[in-house]
Amino acid sequence: MEPMPQISMLSYDVVVIGGGPAGMAAAVKAKELGLNVLLLDENDYLGGILPQCIHPGFGLHYFKEELTGPEFASRLAKRLVELGVEYRTAARVLEIKNYSDLEKVVIFTSPAGVYQVWTKAIIYAAGARERHAFEIGIVGDRVAGIYTAGEAQTLMDIYGILPGKEVVIVGSGDVGLIMARRFALEGAKVKAVIELMPYPGGLARNVMILRDFNIPLYLSHKVVEVRGRGRVQRVKVVRVDENLNETGEEFWIEADTLVISAGLIPSVKKLKKIGVEIDPATGGPVVNDRLETSVPGIFVAGNSLLINDLVDYVAEQGELAAESAKEFIEKGGIESRKWVKVRKGQNVRLIAPHYLSGDRDVYLYLRVARPMENVELRIPEIGKKLRLPVVKPAEMIRLKLRAEEIQKASEKLTVEVVRA
Amino acid sequence: MKTRVAIIGAGISGASIARVLSKYENLEVHLIEKAPDVGWGVSKANTALIHGGYDDDPEKYPMRAKLCIRGNRLWHQWVKELQIPHVWNGALIVATKEEDFDELEKLLERGHKNGVPEMRIIDRDELFHLEPGLTREAIGALWVPIVGQIGPIPAVIALVENAVANGVKTHLETEVRGIKVENGEVRGVETNNGFIEADIVINAAGLYADEVARMAGIDYFEIHPRKGEYYLFDDDVPGPGRVLFPTPTPISKGIVVTTEISGHLMIGPNAQDLPPEEKDNLATTEEGLREVWEGAKKLWPNLPPKSRVIRTFAGLRPEPTGGDFIIKAEEEVWGFINVAGIRSPGLTSAPAIAYEVAEIIQRDLGINLVEKEKWNPYRKEITHFFMLPPEKANELIKKNPAYGKIVCRCNHVSEGDILEAIERMKFIGVKTPSVDSVKFRTKSTTGTCQGSFCRPKIVQLLAKEYGVEPWEVTLKGKGSEIGIGDVKALLRGEEA
Ligand SMILES: Cc1cc2nc3c(=O)[nH]c(=O)nc-3n(C[C@H](O)[C@H](O)[C@H](O)COP(=O)(O)OP(=O)(O)OC[C@H]3O[C@@H](n4cnc5c(N)ncnc54)[C@H](O)[C@@H]3O)c2cc1C
Ligand SMILES: Cc1cc2nc3c(=O)[nH]c(=O)nc-3n(C[C@H](O)[C@H](O)[C@H](O)COP(=O)(O)OP(=O)(O)OC[C@H]3O[C@@H](n4cnc5c(N)ncnc54)[C@H](O)[C@@H]3O)c2cc1C
Repeated sequence: MEPMPQISMLSYDVVVIGGGPAGMAAAVKAKELGLNVLLLDENDYLGGILPQCIHPGFGLHYFKEELTGPEFASRLAKRLVELGVEYRTAARVLEIKNYSDLEKVVIFTSPAGVYQVWTKAIIYAAGARERHAFEIGIVGDRVAGIYTAGEAQTLMDIYGILPGKEVVIVGSGDVGLIMARRFALEGAKVKAVIELMPYPGGLARNVMILRDFNIPLYLSHKVVEVRGRGRVQRVKVVRVDENLNETGEEFWIEADTLVISAGLIPSVKKLKKIGVEIDPATGGPVVNDRLETSVPGIFVAGNSLLINDLVDYVAEQGELAAESAKEFIEKGGIESRKWVKVRKGQNVRLIAPHYLSGDRDVYLYLRVARPMENVELRIPEIGKKLRLPVVKPAEMIRLKLRAEEIQKASEKLTVEVVRA
Repeated sequence: MKTRVAIIGAGISGASIARVLSKYENLEVHLIEKAPDVGWGVSKANTALIHGGYDDDPEKYPMRAKLCIRGNRLWHQWVKELQIPHVWNGALIVATKEEDFDELEKLLERGHKNGVPEMRIIDRDELFHLEPGLTREAIGALWVPIVGQIGPIPAVIALVENAVANGVKTHLETEVRGIKVENGEVRGVETNNGFIEADIVINAAGLYADEVARMAGIDYFEIHPRKGEYYLFDDDVPGPGRVLFPTPTPISKGIVVTTEISGHLMIGPNAQDLPPEEKDNLATTEEGLREVWEGAKKLWPNLPPKSRVIRTFAGLRPEPTGGDFIIKAEEEVWGFINVAGIRSPGLTSAPAIAYEVAEIIQRDLGINLVEKEKWNPYRKEITHFFMLPPEKANELIKKNPAYGKIVCRCNHVSEGDILEAIERMKFIGVKTPSVDSVKFRTKSTTGTCQGSFCRPKIVQLLAKEYGVEPWEVTLKGKGSEIGIGDVKALLRGEEA
């Protein structure tokens, strides 16, 4: 192991990377379980993206009441402080090194200096990043007035800046819809929400926003081009067919602002560098039922695991990761007699965790590929069946499996969503 | 009395000229640029190659042929003196058909004529040893080891910083609108910021050099824009180690596949001629990008899915009548020197162009240039946190905690880096705070997320250091403000 001269050394049982809801819940739980834990976040404040989500809709499951993002974050932060969890803000993790199962190093920088932290386990809760205009193939002028939804939200609700007054939103997922409302509430004109798919991408309660604020929604359309001098002046929209190919039908919308809300991608570059296996469907790591990645002792939770719609599940994943870290440290590893592989069947686009031990109950998190009504969620190997009135890609399904159920499977179990 | 020189245009040409002329005791040099910062014209968006000097025909384009190889040799020295980010990784001009070797032989011969060292034709085995990711159809290549890549805007910035340190005065956001000529001699330039007296006017206005020349009554050439578009991929997408060209056809040098100096696979450019009035049409197009993709695929079949693209952009080549650089003192107007039509390989040639201009001043204008006793050839690059070994970073953070705080998470750019960049902006006279000025100095906002996390933070830093409201900070100059006011501006019925 290379010694690093003049770099301050710290030592912990577990380091939590990321101070959003996943990381905070993990750190709180780890502390409650008696672990010596350090939480690191690069921002000046804890909470991850929650402090900028000033709308209600958080915590119905976890705190059993409806909170705003900042409220949810401050509740968790309060618990963290009460318990005396050590944390550092303005602390960016630069690198993770995995020397052996119980010897890992996290290198971070902060205004107090660069540190190397020796730790037995790592909980990775670094959240996600947003897809931007270039990634979705928008061409034309590279001008001001193009923001990702998160950037627009940060400008408005962290820094108090209004980005623009005539807005087109790309993407009808929750984030896009919430930003549409946010702009409308500040007196901006939201001229359109443009959605590639033939159905809206957000939770039903958020799709209502469009009606409430009289905002046109264009399904099966996409923004392909931006023109303007200095700032956005107009955007070109084309209709797509069933196969999402562009039809010739196109029109321009005059606007000074284009907000891109085209999905989130788990931020896992640092994990990839140390060889953590990634699932192309979730964009996050392949994990077992302890949320352990393919590198032993590195656990993952929240939007780095898979993109969640509800912060409650994010916090739940954080707690599980902390329990798993405790188990890992005590037993020197996560062992199981067998690992049952979880497979995606019909109309299942993504699912995690990927391997189940049958030693404990688990929650499976999954999303369907297409919306369907009146369906049955089935796991044929164990004879499980569940009736669901509707399923939508926008709404993550959380399915509890009991240990006894999992034990019935031999090598794999297949989750499928089929017509009832 | 000193001879007053006004250089119009702070691109790679004007900046190089400013640096070289700053060596002389008896010149007072003014560098005039209409944009808010230097290097935002043609020099901003190009392939960034320091070409080898083998493909300009000395019969047809004598200036290009002469200055390209000279420029290449000078850059090897200048990048060190000025600490300009660069890599000397060489180029391969790849043959995929037997006939291509005829063309490569021609290039080799021309290269020898132009004085290009160390070129040779390599066979298939050696080629795949060098670049295993190439198309299986490749059968050999011309290897030109002296080719390299630099950061073109960082280069302009470095040159201007060095020129300013040596006494050059900059005038940014100053557009030349007229040239005063009396009795056949230049007297100075009229600008939106008043009249600037000058005995010598150097027209290095890039795409607009024809318009500026016309202001002095010179109209024998025209410049039309030729667009080139590019794709840039995320930094974990594998690219080649060397610059890859297809064998050129009579029409085009072809689509280049390269790993640019920050480690991103880059492909482009195509070539599309635009009418002269479209000198500000920098829009990317679906058709152009498709052409680039198809072209690149022929050399580099393993292009990643389009979702790994992190940026697309376009540049405009200033194509002059006749095709060669127009670098000369105009006889009808004493003191007026054209540095026009600086199309490719203009970036490569810039240092040689600058010496050529000094030569013209001495030879054609008869001004004896006297070297300064003290002239500083060196300039230090700003701190880049991502380049520091941890113990060095630690030392710096102990002195100034801002260096420990990361602002751009993709490229690990610290707040200290950004504050240094802002200081440097002020040093060369940047008046309007722009995110792009910070971006080109620090690499912030150029990573995987393209600035969606760090741009708001950079805006805060710029607002504070420039003493303006954050929404007044621009992306790239006036008219590209980040916001229209504070978040309640519309509800109050006011907006910026
Ligand atoms: C606009 C919007 C609206 C939403 N609305 C709702 C809603 O109504 N109800 C609901 O339940 N959920 C909502 N969500 C979803 C919920 O906010 C997210 O699922 C949740 O915040 C994800 O938490 P996380 O901890 O995984 O990630 P994040 O909150 O993103 O936190 C990750 C943290 O890690 C830090 N980090 C990353 N890398 C490093 C590193 N290398 N070193 C140090 N720190 C690092 C990041 O800066 C960040 O602070 C919304 C999300 C958005 C964007
Ligand atoms: C697609 C493409 C690829 C290229 N690839 C390469 C390559 O790989 N290698 C290479 O060597 N070369 C390459 N080139 C060529 C190279 O980029 C140019 O030759 C070079 O940048 C020209 O620099 P310049 O300083 O002459 O012009 P510019 O950089 O355009 O500078 C002129 C400046 O003058 C200013 N100006 C204009 N009018 C006025 C006015 N009236 N008043 C005040 N200021 C004014 C402009 O704002 C501008 O900043 C490429 C060019 C393109 C477009």
